[in-house]
Amino acid sequence: MNEDIKQAEQAISEIEDLYDTDYEIGQDNIEKWGFDMHAPVFPVSAALIALFVIGSLVFPEQAREGLEATRNWVQATFDWLFLSAGNIFVLFCLALIVSPLGRIRLGGEQARPDFSIMSWFAMLFAAGMGIGLMFWSVAEPVGYFTEWFGTPLNMPGFTDEARTAALGATMYHWGLHPWAIYGVVALSLAFFSYNKGLPLTIRSTFYPLLGDRVWGWPGHVIDTVAVLATIFGLATSLGLGAQQAASGLSFLFDIGSGLQTQVIIITGVTAVAVISVVRGIEGGVKLLSNLNMVFALLLLLFVIIAGSLGGFLGNVGRTVSGYVEYMLPLSNPVGRDDETFYHGWTIFFWAWWISWSPFVGMFIARVSRGRTVRQFLTTVLIVPTVVTVVWMSAFGGNGLDQAVTGAGDLAEGISDSTLALFQMLTQLPLTAITSFLAICLVLIFFVTSSDSGSLVIDSITSGGKTNAPVTQRVFWATAEGVIAAVLLTVGGSAALQALQAGAVSMGLPFTFVLLAMCISLSRGLYHERQLLEYNEVLRR
Amino acid sequence: MYNKIMVPVDLEHIEKIDKALHGAAELARSYDVPVCYVAVMGRAPNKVAASPEKFEAELNMFAREQADKYGIETECKAVPSVDVPVELDDKLLEAIDDVGADLVVMASHVPGVADKLHLIGSNAAYMVKHSDASIFVVR
Repeated sequence: MNEDIKQAEQAISEIEDLYDTDYEIGQDNIEKWGFDMHAPVFPVSAALIALFVIGSLVFPEQAREGLEATRNWVQATFDWLFLSAGNIFVLFCLALIVSPLGRIRLGGEQARPDFSIMSWFAMLFAAGMGIGLMFWSVAEPVGYFTEWFGTPLNMPGFTDEARTAALGATMYHWGLHPWAIYGVVALSLAFFSYNKGLPLTIRSTFYPLLGDRVWGWPGHVIDTVAVLATIFGLATSLGLGAQQAASGLSFLFDIGSGLQTQVIIITGVTAVAVISVVRGIEGGVKLLSNLNMVFALLLLLFVIIAGSLGGFLGNVGRTVSGYVEYMLPLSNPVGRDDETFYHGWTIFFWAWWISWSPFVGMFIARVSRGRTVRQFLTTVLIVPTVVTVVWMSAFGGNGLDQAVTGAGDLAEGISDSTLALFQMLTQLPLTAITSFLAICLVLIFFVTSSDSGSLVIDSITSGGKTNAPVTQRVFWATAEGVIAAVLLTVGGSAALQALQAGAVSMGLPFTFVLLAMCISLSRGLYHERQLLEYNEVLRR
Repeated sequence: MYNKIMVPVDLEHIEKIDKALHGAAELARSYDVPVCYVAVMGRAPNKVAASPEKFEAELNMFAREQADKYGIETECKAVPSVDVPVELDDKLLEAIDDVGADLVVMASHVPGVADKLHLIGSNAAYMVKHSDASIFVVR
C-alpha cells in the first residue's frame, strides 16, 4: 500500500514538473501611461499594424494585388491542407466529447462556471458568428441554388436536389467545422491557462512542445501574428460591414449609402464598443450578447411563423438531410472538379475561420472556466450547429422558397449578396419592423465582435494578463475603428480588401498552429487525467 | 472609534504599498481592532498565483505575515471577479460592507501625466466618493 502511495507521489511530481515554469506573468511588461505592455509583442504589433495600414494606403492597388495573390496562392496550393485540417479538428473534438478525458474540468475539480449557460452561449455566438449568419444565411443557399458563383459539386441549379444541396452545403460551412476550429483553440487556451497556470495567451498552448522557449522569440512571433490577424480581421470586417449596413439602411430608408453614412456607422459602432469595453464583460459584452440573443430569437420566430410553419418544418428536414448527405463529399479534398465552389467558398471560409480562431477561441476561453471538457465541446460544437440548422432552415429556407416560387427579387438570383436578407424579409409582412430589427442585430453583433476582440488583443499584448488597465482595451477598440475608417476613406474598398486578404492568408500559418495545438492539448489532457487518477490513489 | 480596518491590497505590486500597510497596522494597534486585507482576484493565472485557489492561499499567508510582523489581529478576503480592472472599484466598495469595516486605509498613486489626460482614474477617489466609511489615503 505504502509502495502505491510512493509511486503515485513520484508520478504526480514528475507530471507537475513538466508544466512548471519559472516564467512570471508580466515579467516582460512595461507599465506606463495607463498601459501594461508586453515587450516586444505590443510595440512590434503596433508598428506592423501602422506599417501595413500606411502601405495599403500609399499603394492600394499594389497592396491589393500582392495580398490577394498571396491569399489565392495560399488557398489554391494548400486547399487539401485546409480541408483535411478542418476534418481532423471535427474528429478530434468529437473524440474528446466521448472519451474519458471529457470529464476533466477547466480550472480543476472544484471550479464552478462564472456565467450561466444562456449568457455563455450568447457570448460564444456573438463573438464569432453572429454577423456572418445574418448576411449569409439567405445569400449563400440562394446563391448556390441560382448558380450565382459556383455550385456544390458542380450540381446544376434550380432543381429540387439543388435546393437540398444548397442548404446542406451552407450548413457544412457554418456547422461543425467552423465551431471545431474555434473549439480546438478555445479549449487549448482554457486548459493550459486554468489547469496548468500558464498565461492566457496563444503561445502558452505550445508550452508542452517548446518548453521555456515559448517565452522567447517563437512565442513572440505566434502572439504577434495572432494580434495582426485579429485586428485586421476585425477592422476590415467592420469597414466592409459598414458598407453592407449602409446599403441595407439605404434599401430600407431613403438615405445615401455613401462614404459619409459608412463612416458614421463605423464611428457609432466604435463608440458603443468603447463604452462596452469600459463597462467590462458583465456590463458590456454579456449584456449586449444577451440582448442580441433575444432580438435574434424574435426575428427567427417571426420568419418561421410568417414564412409558413409547414414550409419551415420541411426545410428543417431538407437542411438536416442535405447536411448529412453532402458532408462527406464536400469534405473530401481529393479529385474535386467544382473549382469555383471549392476554392471560392469552402477553402475561403476555412482560411477565414482559422485566421479568426485566435480571437474567437481566446474569447471563448476567457468565459469558459468551470466547464468540463465534455460540456465545453458540446456547447461549442453541437449546440451552435443545431441552432444554425434552425436558423438556416428559417432564413435560407424562406429565401429558397421565394426563389423557387418566383416571389420577389431573390427569384432573379443574387444581385447584391448584402441585400439578400432584406429582399427575403420584404416578401414577409411587417417588413419595416423586421428589417430594422435585422439592422440592429447586425450593428450590435459588430459591437460585440469589436468589444470581445479588444479584450483578446489586450490580453495578448500584455503577455496574458487579464488585469491590464482599461485604457489599453480602449486603445485597441479605438484603433480598430480608426483603421477601418481611415482605410475606407483614403483607400476605399481596395485597401480594405487588401488587408482582409492579408488577414485571411494568416489562416495558413495558423493551420499549423492549430494542428500543433491538437497534439499539445491531447498530451496535456492525458497528463491531467493521470494526475486525477494518482490523486485518487492518494485519497484512498 | 473604529471597529475594523480594511486594507485593499494588490499582491502583484505589494512593494508599493508598504506605507499603507504600516499605517494601517499602527492604527489597528492603537484602536486595538483587526485589519482585514482585501484583494480582488481574476479568473486567469497572474503573477501572484496560477489559480484563484492558490491566490487565496497567498493572501492568507500574507495576512498571517502581517499579523506576525506587527503583532495585530488580521483576516483577509479574496473577492472573485471576471474582469478585474473594470470591477475593482465596485468589488472593493461591496467588500467594505461585507467585512464590516468602518475605516479603509489605502495606498494611492501620486497623480501624473496619465491622470491629467484622464487615461487612468483613482480607486481611492472612488471610495471616498461612494462609501460611508472613513477613507485614509496614503502616499
